[in-house]
Amino acid sequence: MALLEVKDLEVCFGLRSGAVKALREINFSLERGERLGIVGESGAGKSVLGFSILNLISRPGYISKGAVNFEGQNLADLKPHQLREIRGNRISMIFQDPMMTLNPVLTIGQQMVECLLAHRKMRESDARKIALQKLQQVQIPSPETRLDQYPHELSGGMRQRIVIAIGLLLDPDVIIADEPTTALDVTIQAEIMDLMLNLCEQNNVALILITHDLGVVSEVTQNMMVMYAGRVIERGPTKEIINDPQHPYTQGLMNALPQMAQAGQKLNQIKGAMPPLQRIPTGCAFNPRCEYVMEICRHNLPDSTVSGNCRVACHMVAEMKREQAMGDEV
Amino acid sequence: MTDTNNSLVQIRDLYKRFSISGDFLDQIKFRGGKLVREQEHVHAINGVSLDVIQGEALCVVGESGCGKSTVARTVMGLLKPSAGEVSYRGERIDNLDDKALLPYRKKMQMIFQNPYASLNPRMTIMETLREPVQFHNPSLSAVELRDKIHEVMHSVGVDPSWGERYPHEFSGGQRQRISIARALAVDPEFIVADEPISALDVSIQAQVLNLMMDAQESRNLTYLFITHDLAVVEHFGTRVAVMYLGTLCELASTKNLFAEPRHPYTRALLSAIPRLEDDRPDFIRLQGEVPTPVNLPSGCVFHGRCPHANERCKQEIPALIPLADGSQVACHGVEEGRI
Repeated sequence: MALLEVKDLEVCFGLRSGAVKALREINFSLERGERLGIVGESGAGKSVLGFSILNLISRPGYISKGAVNFEGQNLADLKPHQLREIRGNRISMIFQDPMMTLNPVLTIGQQMVECLLAHRKMRESDARKIALQKLQQVQIPSPETRLDQYPHELSGGMRQRIVIAIGLLLDPDVIIADEPTTALDVTIQAEIMDLMLNLCEQNNVALILITHDLGVVSEVTQNMMVMYAGRVIERGPTKEIINDPQHPYTQGLMNALPQMAQAGQKLNQIKGAMPPLQRIPTGCAFNPRCEYVMEICRHNLPDSTVSGNCRVACHMVAEMKREQAMGDEV
Repeated sequence: MTDTNNSLVQIRDLYKRFSISGDFLDQIKFRGGKLVREQEHVHAINGVSLDVIQGEALCVVGESGCGKSTVARTVMGLLKPSAGEVSYRGERIDNLDDKALLPYRKKMQMIFQNPYASLNPRMTIMETLREPVQFHNPSLSAVELRDKIHEVMHSVGVDPSWGERYPHEFSGGQRQRISIARALAVDPEFIVADEPISALDVSIQAQVLNLMMDAQESRNLTYLFITHDLAVVEHFGTRVAVMYLGTLCELASTKNLFAEPRHPYTRALLSAIPRLEDDRPDFIRLQGEVPTPVNLPSGCVFHGRCPHANERCKQEIPALIPLADGSQVACHGVEEGRI
């Protein structure tokens, strides 16, 4: 049994103009110790997916269909106090902006001890020892003094290390990291990603890494999903998708990277922009921007087709697979 | 130094300090029975000299707080330098008053990072674009004005019929196109772009970068491009200036810099870019963090984090030395041949 299994998840936001589907038909599973990357542009639904795994979607958003099973148990069926046992304890979350996650009026030590005491019966002095140990794990210089400092006294990279230390505090099985390094500089980003990679490997923690940076995903994760307008359009081993993307959107995204073009030449751009969720076109959501668009793409939503180790939601890929299969028979 | 004849903008020994001690009364302290005035400063730029050559795209890179945006704003005259000179086509412009600066404002335009903040939410796109054109060309008739604006809108791929709409009706990429249109509307020669694509998605970044490259070609523009994204620099820049803590570490052509980075900081910066390929060498881990620009380190500002630092680096501030291939590096180690 997979550690975490998301089945046919659908999340809606009830707006005055009617319900808008922010996520549709999300299916994936996560094994113990696996590292999964979720990639997409802003508005694709990657953060909503992160939140809905922990059932943190608040009104007007709601999970309208599907299940999130953690060790076989549907999180949507749990009572609030049962859910609290899992949040932070078994599945913890790291957010983009460390200044928003840390409480500015409590010292680092107070925040870490509070978190420990909320989940475990222990003495405060013991909790402080664990906190210190976790700060050492994330390689913070002079951890004893940090415990008594406030968030504003620390730099951005240092704050994000502390947020990671808090995420690891209760030895979770899964960490969901929502753009953990987007607010940081490249050299700090490299250090933090390196640190997270090592910690996950050492403690056999599964990681869901939400990011828009294909470079980061390719360095850290084993598997990845690409999202577009609330759907997963491509899913599979990271190496295969990076080296040989099959969905036209993934191809476009890779080709748009400046690394992919000759210096001084024009970049290969994808025309247009992602539609807002209220105005998703019929058929494949990517069809107005797709250079291989066919008639069927304008009417029918593509199912995900198995192609090698990947699953791709694209009519063109499905067609190619069908032709291949026919060719094999002949 | 580079050949000064074809340089459009010259920056010489630029310093910029910001006081962080509040107003006069806040600065008065009682020390040892005496009233003294104490002031603390953030040293944002410390002796930067740069030439922007006609027709090039000079990229300034560095991490947050290294002073790259301050350089951009000082060049534009939005900030007065604490010391040093900025010249445009050989004429000194940093000491001019607002009125004398007007003709230069028309030739130098700026594109800002956040298109959500840099467009006035209460003006339609037409009004936003009309204002600078009308201001700098008061003799234009209404028809000429409209034609001019429509032409600019066309050139950035914004439909002129959208002119009556307000900024909130546009997406981030479209807003950045409008910001670019506003900069292009007065036919500038020189554009300072401060992180123009950082707030945009990857597929939109490509569109905006292409647009800026097209404009450079068709209008013969010169860019000073401020960014932290090295992948963009490699693609877009003619030359690259790497800044660290308010000083220039390395200035080189894009090809040389990426093929053979000399300064230890540039090497660390390049090694930290996340790559798609598997064969990335391990990144060079720097010790510690960027020191505060309030109390600058002595000697080379990078010595506390540099793996090659020695006694000389702690004492003596390195100057930019020209190398054989035209690059310039401020590092004692490179000068002595240690690195």
